[in-house]
Amino acid sequence: MKKLINTPESVLDDTLAGIAAAHPELTVDRAARVVHRADAPRPGKVALISGGGSGHEPLHTGFVGPGMLDAACPGEVFTSPVPDQMLAAISAVDGGAGVVFVVKNYTGDVLNFSLAAELAAEQGIEVRTVLVDDDVAVQDSTFTAGRRGTGATVVVEKVCGALAERGAGAAEVASIGELANAASRSFAVALTAATVPAAGKPGFDLPGDEIEVGVGIHGEPGRRREPLRPARELVAEVVETVLADHTLASGDQVIALVNGLGGTPLHELYLVYGEVAARLAERGITIARRLVGNYVTSLDMAGFSLTLTKADPQLLELWDAPVATPALHWS
Amino acid sequence: MSYAIDHDLAVAWLRATAAAVEQRHQELTELDAAIGDGDHGTNLRRGFAAVTGLLDELDPAAPPGSVLTRAGTTLISKVGGASGPLYGSALRAAGTALPAPTADMMDLAQALRAGLTALQKLGGAAVGDKTMVDAFEPAVAALERAAFDGFTLREASALAAEAAEAGARATIPLEARKGRASYLGRRSIDHQDPGATSTALLFAALAEVSSPH
Repeated sequence: MKKLINTPESVLDDTLAGIAAAHPELTVDRAARVVHRADAPRPGKVALISGGGSGHEPLHTGFVGPGMLDAACPGEVFTSPVPDQMLAAISAVDGGAGVVFVVKNYTGDVLNFSLAAELAAEQGIEVRTVLVDDDVAVQDSTFTAGRRGTGATVVVEKVCGALAERGAGAAEVASIGELANAASRSFAVALTAATVPAAGKPGFDLPGDEIEVGVGIHGEPGRRREPLRPARELVAEVVETVLADHTLASGDQVIALVNGLGGTPLHELYLVYGEVAARLAERGITIARRLVGNYVTSLDMAGFSLTLTKADPQLLELWDAPVATPALHWS
Repeated sequence: MSYAIDHDLAVAWLRATAAAVEQRHQELTELDAAIGDGDHGTNLRRGFAAVTGLLDELDPAAPPGSVLTRAGTTLISKVGGASGPLYGSALRAAGTALPAPTADMMDLAQALRAGLTALQKLGGAAVGDKTMVDAFEPAVAALERAAFDGFTLREASALAAEAAEAGARATIPLEARKGRASYLGRRSIDHQDPGATSTALLFAALAEVSSPH
């Protein structure tokens, strides 16, 4: 393992120190492990809080700021945060208008955020939770933990943040988040495994000419292993897989996210985006908005995920609303 | 002896568990890397190090149940992931069921049944899903049978440890239906579940500290 770290044990704290130094516009509470807007709490505004394991940067700390999250709770690398962090986030940013959690559907995240919501309820604070589960690689059945939450988290956090910024109530904010999630599907392929600092070696062994198809964002292997093929063929399969589970038809508009998993250069991501755009154009599907870059990463994993969100005028309008966070900013 | 567990035994049990986790954290992490995300040993090690710190500060008069409850709370606030809330809730529920300064074998078995119920309620897993429950359930069942038959803690905990170990090994051929391994589907077959393995350590630790009794 070759990484820019001090010790595997101090990775999270050292990263938080760096975020604090780089982003004076955010408040970083290193003891509580919460990153929040410096102007919080804002009275009358719904508090939008998310979090999850570290190693997915910029998710979630990079999406804290006006127009998006009020606070993020980073857990240890690939490990969900603990309820104490969510409670600390609530006390830092709750403006009295209600709290909405955005939670990716991973067992640990769901358990810890539910415990936090229960503990908050004991203090008289009602929390609504938007569960993100966009990954079509997982069979959504009662015999599995259900679909994972991956790239769509960015879309959900963006539109919920925009609505919360306008003073909408918690129910309304949660409801637009659920709508954005329901309109989103994602699928990912990995060219290499991620190396968790504490483990010191890649999460799975992958021969040089093979890829893992249908991976999540935590170093876990995908649903199958295949030989590497030219990007055109690979992207065609990814697009087909996403569309097979979607309700998109000719004439529809989408928000498209071509997301790097952390170890893939931007030139390859643009190459992938070009292939995605061509495939969608053949189908008569218009990419109304897009992001190309590293937004929901898996440490140093090479590969990409594609997220397509079926967009209506309301979602596009909320997507376009001003946002000022370290990783997403436009006015 | 007339009772199975008191303050000192509860403390010794948790210390022995912490020592076992410390000794075998790499193995747990490797098992997890095969079918999960490779942090089970690291996370439990962090949690049980915090539990060890808590044990040093406990009131010696605290009933065994409060030792377990506070250890559970510590795991919930230090571990994260799925194992923190699951182990934490199980220990908290077991601890809540043991309010007296001493408890007999049947009380202990019933308390651990309450812990298992809390674990299953939170995680939604049943025997056969390739999770902690595959080791926890047979261990509790062994304790209950042994308590009913009037066995001593030493005998009962040895049987429970054996049952937990067998349960953990029995996860090898299973296809995971809960937790992160479930995303692998059939590829999760032929790997021992890390959660069931750490649960076997918990019951082995109980047997270890019970052997002088």
